[in-house]
Amino acid sequence: MSLMPVIAIRRLDHTYGHGALERRVLSDIDLTIAAGELVILTGPSGSGKTTLLTLIGALRSPQTGSLRVLGQELCGASEADLVAIRRNIGYIFQSHNLLGFLTARQNVQMAAELSAGSPTEARALSEAILVAVGLSERLDYYPENLSGGQKQRVAIARALVNRPSLVLADEPTAALDSKSGREVVELMQQLAADQGCAILMVTHDSRILDVATRTVHMEDGRLVQSETAVRA
Amino acid sequence: MKMPLAWLQLTRERVRLLVAVAGIGFAVILMFLQLGFRAALFDGAVRLHASFEADIFLIGPKSSALVSMQSFSQRRLYQAMAVPGVAGASPVYLGFGRFRNPETNETRGIFAVGFNPGEPVFRLGEVNRQLASIRKPDTVLFDRASRSEYGPIAARYTGGESIVTEVNDRRVRVGGLFQMGTSFAINGALITSDLNFLRLFGERSKGLVDLGLVRLAPGADPQRVKADLRAALPADVRVLSRQEYMDFEKDYWNRSTPIGYIFALGAAMGFIVGTIIVYQILYTDVSDHLAEYATLKAIGYTNGYLLGVVFQEAFLLSLLGFVPGFAISFALYDLTRGATLLPLTMDPLRAALIFALTVLMCAVSGAIAVRRLRAADPAEIFA
Repeated sequence: MSLMPVIAIRRLDHTYGHGALERRVLSDIDLTIAAGELVILTGPSGSGKTTLLTLIGALRSPQTGSLRVLGQELCGASEADLVAIRRNIGYIFQSHNLLGFLTARQNVQMAAELSAGSPTEARALSEAILVAVGLSERLDYYPENLSGGQKQRVAIARALVNRPSLVLADEPTAALDSKSGREVVELMQQLAADQGCAILMVTHDSRILDVATRTVHMEDGRLVQSETAVRA
Repeated sequence: MKMPLAWLQLTRERVRLLVAVAGIGFAVILMFLQLGFRAALFDGAVRLHASFEADIFLIGPKSSALVSMQSFSQRRLYQAMAVPGVAGASPVYLGFGRFRNPETNETRGIFAVGFNPGEPVFRLGEVNRQLASIRKPDTVLFDRASRSEYGPIAARYTGGESIVTEVNDRRVRVGGLFQMGTSFAINGALITSDLNFLRLFGERSKGLVDLGLVRLAPGADPQRVKADLRAALPADVRVLSRQEYMDFEKDYWNRSTPIGYIFALGAAMGFIVGTIIVYQILYTDVSDHLAEYATLKAIGYTNGYLLGVVFQEAFLLSLLGFVPGFAISFALYDLTRGATLLPLTMDPLRAALIFALTVLMCAVSGAIAVRRLRAADPAEIFA
């Protein structure tokens, strides 16, 4: 597992629409991400970042090329395979996407129940990770009573509770002020390091680029291989 | 226990839940009232039948209902008594007489029942205690649940007045009261002795009876005796069990009046209204939570799980709506029974049927509402 790349993409193309309306959004993508890396994906809006993220996240079926996530080829995979692979990925969304009718603990527990042996274990894991992200006082709060930073912390807890091998994050700091944004990213970095997972993060936020092991730039559906190792 | 997502989602929005429960409860009450009235009207039509003390009934083969009986010879009763297992066979005379309202002098049709006071045929203790009264010539018992067009007979009798009026232009005295109640064709009733009956209906003869009541000897097998009677008696008389006799009457009214249809339609409307209400609630609920459902799909929940959530919500709604609907219907039955003397009662079988209909109603709504789930696309939520 440790030797196998978490994400291995070869010659991936993706188009939307058909016939005259066909629009190519991804061309000839090659990308490999290994365990323990924190890769930041940048690029102007409309460059295809989000499409790439949904393809890697098994939320959309790839069309041509090869896309292997955690060793599983997603090109031509069935819906059931896609659902199974999603359970090994942690997602952090731009808007936290918490379930409004569930408390912080219940939100995390919904994710934990997908892999935990028992509901009791799921509850214990959820409480433990919420404590780890600093929300021990807010376990039974509904999202509407949490601040933006706190909600994003719950979302991180939900993404990490199952110890995924891969975390995908889409603009996780966009809705936060610079201080909470910084805290959230450092929290992700630290938890990912503890769990040894890879993180792929889409962001425009120049304040947090320094946490990445490398950044990848995207333009017009192509990766511009200006991979700069920010950290050793 | 795993997270009861459907329950948590339903109970988070109290007002919406309350509206949903009220809507379903309303549909449940509508179904209970419609089916209850239907049953009550049909049960009302056989109240007289049910109050006869007999196991087997003999009627003329061309009879169609209580108000349209074909007489048969009294000899059939003597023949019936010869069949093993028969303890007795009593004649009953039935007919419509013209009852004069003593206040207004207007006459109205009244249903009269005549029987031999020496062989009591009623299960009504009130009637059996007043046999001495109807043995007196031209004395009748009056149904206090008769409609008011006959005059305030019961009130005046209870007040101690002696009431003398006319039936078929013959003077009669009211010698007591009993309680039966009105039905489709009967607005009021009298009970009297066979001799008094024949005096009031001068054209009728003692040898032609309208109904024969057969009582069995202790330990006799009703099925066996019924079969023996059918074999022993000629075809100019029909042999019916108690249940068959009541079904015969209900069947007539079901076929010859639109009452059964009207109330079944009313219940169907309740079902449809309930389905639409539940559908509206579920559709709005799913629509409001599309982003959350898409998130659940993104983190690895299957479409089947979400289908399950919607159907669980539908089932919970049916339970939450049925309980208050049932309780209120129970109270309304009591209220209506007191106000109308209709035999409106909570039949467990009907309650079970309506519960099943309520669950079905919510399931149908759920099945339509889940189509909205297709709009929950996990690929959209990173956008």
